[in-house]
Amino acid sequence: MVISKGIPTYEEKLIEDLGYDDQFHDHHEGDKFSANFINTYIFSMDHKMIAKQFLITGMFWAVIGALMSLVFRLQLGFPEADMAWLKPVLGKWITVNAEGIGALSNQFYYALVTMHGTIIVFFVLTAGLSGTFSNLLIPLQIGARDMASPLLNMLSYWFFFLAGVIMFYSLFLSTGPFSGGWTAYPPLSVLPQASEGSGAGMTFWTLSLVFFVVSVLLGGVNYITTVLNLRTKGMTMWRMPLTIWAFFITAIIGLLSFPVLVSGFFLLMFDRTMNTSFFLNEIFVGGEALQQVGGSPILYQHLFWFLGHPEVYIIILPAMGIVSEVLSVHAKKPIFGYKAMVFSMLAIAFLSFIVWAHHMFMSGVNPFISNFFVIFTLIIAVPSAVKVFNWISTLYKGSITFNSAMLFSIGFVSMFISGGLTGIFLGNSAIDIQLHDTYFVVAHFHIVMGVAAFFGMYAGVYHWFPKMYGRFMNETLGKIHFWGTMIGAYAVFWPMHYIGMAGVPRRYYKFDTFDSFNQFADLNMFITVAAIVVFFLQVVFIVNFFYSIWRGRKMTEMNPYNASTIEWTTPINAGHGNWPGKLPTVQRWPYDYGKDGREFYPQVEPVNENESEVH
Amino acid sequence: MNSLLGFVLISVLIMIVVVQIARVTELAGIRRGEKETQKLTNKRNANYMLWFLAGFMIFCVVSALHYKNYFLGYGPHGAASAHGTLIDSLFNTTLFFTGIVFVVTHVALFYFSWKFKAQDGVKAEYIAHDTRLEIIWTAIPAVVMAILVVFGLSAWNEIMADTEDEWIEIEATGYQFGWHLRYPGSDNLLGARNYKMIDGNNPIGQDWSDMKNHDDLHPGEIVLPKGKKVRVRITARDVLHNFYLPHFRVKMDAVPGMPTYFVFTPEVTTEEYRERLKDYEEYQVPADPSEPDGPQKWEAFDYELACAELCGKGHFSMKRVVKIVEMEEYEAWLAEQQSYYMTAIRNTDADPFKGQELASDPAVEEAEEELVEAAADNTVAMNAESAE
Repeated sequence: MVISKGIPTYEEKLIEDLGYDDQFHDHHEGDKFSANFINTYIFSMDHKMIAKQFLITGMFWAVIGALMSLVFRLQLGFPEADMAWLKPVLGKWITVNAEGIGALSNQFYYALVTMHGTIIVFFVLTAGLSGTFSNLLIPLQIGARDMASPLLNMLSYWFFFLAGVIMFYSLFLSTGPFSGGWTAYPPLSVLPQASEGSGAGMTFWTLSLVFFVVSVLLGGVNYITTVLNLRTKGMTMWRMPLTIWAFFITAIIGLLSFPVLVSGFFLLMFDRTMNTSFFLNEIFVGGEALQQVGGSPILYQHLFWFLGHPEVYIIILPAMGIVSEVLSVHAKKPIFGYKAMVFSMLAIAFLSFIVWAHHMFMSGVNPFISNFFVIFTLIIAVPSAVKVFNWISTLYKGSITFNSAMLFSIGFVSMFISGGLTGIFLGNSAIDIQLHDTYFVVAHFHIVMGVAAFFGMYAGVYHWFPKMYGRFMNETLGKIHFWGTMIGAYAVFWPMHYIGMAGVPRRYYKFDTFDSFNQFADLNMFITVAAIVVFFLQVVFIVNFFYSIWRGRKMTEMNPYNASTIEWTTPINAGHGNWPGKLPTVQRWPYDYGKDGREFYPQVEPVNENESEVH
Repeated sequence: MNSLLGFVLISVLIMIVVVQIARVTELAGIRRGEKETQKLTNKRNANYMLWFLAGFMIFCVVSALHYKNYFLGYGPHGAASAHGTLIDSLFNTTLFFTGIVFVVTHVALFYFSWKFKAQDGVKAEYIAHDTRLEIIWTAIPAVVMAILVVFGLSAWNEIMADTEDEWIEIEATGYQFGWHLRYPGSDNLLGARNYKMIDGNNPIGQDWSDMKNHDDLHPGEIVLPKGKKVRVRITARDVLHNFYLPHFRVKMDAVPGMPTYFVFTPEVTTEEYRERLKDYEEYQVPADPSEPDGPQKWEAFDYELACAELCGKGHFSMKRVVKIVEMEEYEAWLAEQQSYYMTAIRNTDADPFKGQELASDPAVEEAEEELVEAAADNTVAMNAESAE
């Protein structure tokens, strides 16, 4: 068995001496796993290829979602401006008046807002983030040949793809895509009489998301099984990198909460098609009184937010895991308080299931119930604070290399602080009376789960790009991307706090109906311009990404960052099965950086008796 | 069209520039050597960290000062209701604590980033954990959160408690896209409704066989007296809406088939609020820029009712004006309002009592007298209460 083309590295020798031989390459399906174009690049069952598929599909959706936000930001920043130039793209949704001034239809404005939310939350930050990095890193970092079920893994991607196709198709319906907000509250989402988008658009939307949930569940089952069963010899749970902990916990949350969303969607479909009344009661719409009585729209909100709240942790936990890993590797220090990091993630995951009604303080639920949700919600601030302090302490007395991955990780911590702190306002029901459904909320969640999660994703892409493509992304462009986005993202979302404090509600097509809300024309213009700039900075990232796949600086050593974790003991452009020979045996925790004067100890190196502190 | 082309062109241009930068820097990196390049950019980016910290903090302070008049409880944006003041102070308490955390953590984050940049001859220290420190920084947020929870929940339960006191009940029904308002009339009781009875003449489906409906009023705006508890019955006809009075810190979803409530006490009349705004520059400009001599912003100010739950394509347009006046003015206004039943339904085909005599059905000449009397009774009752 040939280990590698050149002289074996220190780690490779350790694996050869101490590793575990699972006879993988003796099986005929082992090396011949991907034989032709179709099963290598399209219906691939290799986790590394599936990760790339998730990532690139996620990027496609991110561009669509971002472009949508630019269109509605133009409407908000420049309500009087001529939009006729968008007519070739948006067609009938731009109405041109007698003077030739084009205006965005309000119906389509709401469709854009809805689609932007749905796409970014589900397709980009769930599939694109967790799907990409769970797939890429779980087998590589726990020392597995692949996922527990490569077939389910492949299906997981293709269900996501199918969900995407359906959603994309819905953009071109004559009545437009769904337009009732990403939360799809009934009765609006049930009644085509109440909103054009609630016709075919809503049917496609629900269909798409049901397939999406299938994808998440197939992925989730796989991630959990793989982490529990396929860890290599010596890889105990307490020796797993925090990334794996994060993906593992994320998968559990997803598995427990997404089915509840689907049950809500099914009831919604029954109400739409079979005249049931799970969510409908005493409605008069479109000139007639509906027959359905006895349902409650609040019930849907409970079902939705029982997923919806854990969903924000499904989005942010993988980013937290990535950031913990990246900070530690590039500060050349162990992550501070490893166990505290794990326990705080577990605490957050547990609490995420009992805080859902904090989205519903003002929805007409019994105010007494809100007491519990306020308490649990504010308790989440404690594990979150612990994580922030631990990240900051990881930097303390480190030796920090500022590459793009590290910069985005530091940016993540800043965003998570800024956005997390505003959550303390909103989680307190009394303050929420005023701030609920205002721009303050928009600022809060865009910073804490939008920008922060994107930063986590970028950190991951820059850091593991060499693992994916055997080349590095361009650092100069990465730094332009980071600093521009860091400043730009704050420029977009920080001012929204002020708009929100003044009481301006979100999801307003324009503000001139109300004198109280019509005072921020300048600020809205500023935000829109900043959003456009930030968009173009993401173009820089995308160009850098694709340029580097083919033209980036080549990786010349297996472990370019001197990292401890075992994904860096696989060959550059590792084939199927990840390790060419034996599987590595893990001897220590993943964060032995800067110990006893050595830059790092690889996880495969046995603990020697002179070491000062053993974890 | 040109702009679209421009947009595409700019994107392409950026791509070309980006690829060129990538090429040049790759080449420069090779020439200078990887290590050297790394060292140079490392120092530079560490310095950017400090610059960013300084810039960000300055941006926060300057922008907050610039927009201070929009902070809850400051300047012109103080709450106009009794419980609103409580919410504002809770907001500011939270702002105080979170502000400290925000500054301290950001300073630490960016200062450490700068301070501990990789340098020749300086190695990272192996610090894996510190149990004492971790206990401390778990306990501090826990204590602060406990304080905020206690303040928050005591305010919440006070605000949300239904009231035993005397109140004025009014009803707001959201529909696509507007609000229908109803006052209970002289009996102080809102009549029964049935959504199946809704039609062009009966916008909220009042059941006319219920006598309590006969004196109900359908005003076009909300008028309320200062200092008197109001209980708003909130409901919706078609989809979810939200009854939102930003100046009064009032917000509650309107749910079809399930009435919700919000109890609040307006404390500042519209006139008083205008006087408050008068002192601020941003309100000393003409309300309508095309009419420089017209009323100034502060003069034209009115409280507004808005919708704060996405309800369809006209969500942004559900406005009603709210007027808070002194008690006498309120009573005078109330006396002017006419019962919807009497003016629009009585003796039409929709009236179940068509052709019958009703106790509340005075001869034409007596009608006005009666109304005035009813209003006077109301006044006496109200005055007696306010005297208490």
